[in-house]
Amino acid sequence: MPTMTYLQAISDGLREEMRDDERVFCMGEDIGVFGGAFKVTDGFIDEFGPDRVMDTPLAESGIVGTAVGAAVVGLRPVCEMQFSDFISCGFDQLVNVAGKMHYRQGLAVPITVRLPTGGGFSGGPFHSQNPEAWFMHSPGIKIVAPATPEDAKGLLISAIRDPNPVLFCEHKHLYRRIKGDVEAGAYATPMRARVARDGDDLVVITYGAMVHTALEATEELEGVRVLDLRSLVPLDEEAILDSVRACAKVVVVDEANELCAAGAQVAALIAERGFEDLDGPVVRVATPNVPIPFSPPLEQAVLPSVDRVKEACVELLAY
Amino acid sequence: MATETARSDATGHLTRDDRVGLLRYMLLMRGIEERAMTLYRQGKVPGSFYDGFGQEAVSAGAAFAMGPKDRLCVLHRDLAAHLVRGVTPTRILGQYMGRAGGVTGGRDGNVHFGDWQLGCVGMVSMLPDMMLVATGMAMAFKLRHEQRCALTWFGDGSTSRGDFHEAMNWAGVQKLPVIFVLENNQFAYSTPLEAQFAVDPVHRAESYGFPGWSVDGNDVEAVFEATREARERALAGEGPTLIACETMRMHGHAAHDDMKYVDKERLEEWRRKDPIERQERVLEGLGVDVAAVRAEVAAAIEAGVEEALAMPMPDGATATAGVFCEGEANVLGDGQAPWSGVS
Repeated sequence: MPTMTYLQAISDGLREEMRDDERVFCMGEDIGVFGGAFKVTDGFIDEFGPDRVMDTPLAESGIVGTAVGAAVVGLRPVCEMQFSDFISCGFDQLVNVAGKMHYRQGLAVPITVRLPTGGGFSGGPFHSQNPEAWFMHSPGIKIVAPATPEDAKGLLISAIRDPNPVLFCEHKHLYRRIKGDVEAGAYATPMRARVARDGDDLVVITYGAMVHTALEATEELEGVRVLDLRSLVPLDEEAILDSVRACAKVVVVDEANELCAAGAQVAALIAERGFEDLDGPVVRVATPNVPIPFSPPLEQAVLPSVDRVKEACVELLAY
Repeated sequence: MATETARSDATGHLTRDDRVGLLRYMLLMRGIEERAMTLYRQGKVPGSFYDGFGQEAVSAGAAFAMGPKDRLCVLHRDLAAHLVRGVTPTRILGQYMGRAGGVTGGRDGNVHFGDWQLGCVGMVSMLPDMMLVATGMAMAFKLRHEQRCALTWFGDGSTSRGDFHEAMNWAGVQKLPVIFVLENNQFAYSTPLEAQFAVDPVHRAESYGFPGWSVDGNDVEAVFEATREARERALAGEGPTLIACETMRMHGHAAHDDMKYVDKERLEEWRRKDPIERQERVLEGLGVDVAAVRAEVAAAIEAGVEEALAMPMPDGATATAGVFCEGEANVLGDGQAPWSGVS
């Protein structure tokens, strides 16, 4: 089984689907000749040509809006936002056009939008955000956020094959830092949670880059489970409640801003349906509600660190 | 490339039946909207009510020039386009009343619909959004080397939004087979043109790399002819066209709007240019029995009202279903194309 970085796995999944299905094409800013800001589509233009690896005008609303048009006449666009932050400029097309189309008119919108998310390397307020919760609140949009190379490939393939708009949150800080075994050929990973490490004294529920933070933070602690959500919409409620039943203590970690984050929904779900299984308060660790600052000491002060997650777990274990 | 006024002589491309058809679709649109307004006043149409009174030529003429495999994004004062594509009066009236048998089954209201099986995508309220969707459909046609074209309508207010610019620019850069029909009805809600733009948007087309044509939007045959020519350009790979149709919104923005901001004399002036009366005069000159066409249309609408009133309301228990597509993704189907010249 080949070993790949998280970034190589994304490229591999995209390449498999483009080889397998001529309806699949990618579009975005600087993805063709340049191969993308992060090089996910490096070399694609040589294999697939400029029509299927389309350099677009610098227009995020245009990218999402034209992708919707292409999808409803039978293509399978995979859009790249150069940074997930820029999806704010395509918000209306996603939320109002793509997300509501099937409910209103019965017309499917099979588009995938790749969102390079997250901070940790001085990207500043406009290159570090985790915008997934903006879209969790908006009906009709699926959201996945892989943590490993294996899942990055399989979830991208699932997203492309899904008949709905899917946001694929790929964490920039994992691109070249995380390596792992990745199955050759095409495979689709289900949009459900997975247990990243088992345990039955406490569960850390998280997704994306924070899965690695949680694994590192709890490495030396006994009996801590790490639940990797992998998908935020749909949210694997049964997997969350199973873990609450098994562990009775819960820490929810978001790299995103704390207010109304994905983890807030997880905490609300546990309060409603897992209350009787709890043996302590649900504890949240997240980025406070500030823009992500540029300078390293400022950024490190707000993003959830290994130490903060570990401290939260130690305190809750002692509760 | 330069901005020009499109010629209005469509005689060579329209048979007598075609010309009667254009009148018929305009009459259907007006009749359905007038009848729906009555239903609104009777409390049978929830929400508000929007119509395209006085603008019928713009949607009827443009939609009539399109082929069955062309694709349309239809806006809220363009009811005739739905009729041309084959949506029945019954389903439209059911739509207005929020019935289960309306085009969206009560999921969305008034003219917020498009029958995907007839090649139409329904609008959203952020009107120029659909310009990008139409551009994307045209992009797909070009990528697949298909001789088809996409068309969308939008109003004078839409030209102030960024999506107007993004779509015009994108279509120009990629030289796409798309037709942009600007329905200049003089007001965006209450905002007049002079508060909307400093330069007539028809001139902007040239700066995006394609022609902009000004057309008398109350002359249905002129709108048809301009669209027919734009479609020929699109199918020949010559790229997009902007068609600016000059018309007038004769009613308020919606049912609640008394239009006190519009000068009465100006309305009277436009009333004399009514697109339906104008086409009737043309047809009377050809010896067509216009009264018979009117009677046939009125009967079709009354039958539609009866059928729509008999439709049940949707079941509240179904309100949360269908947010996501669960099976295979469907794609837009082909629409009706009644023009005799469509090959």
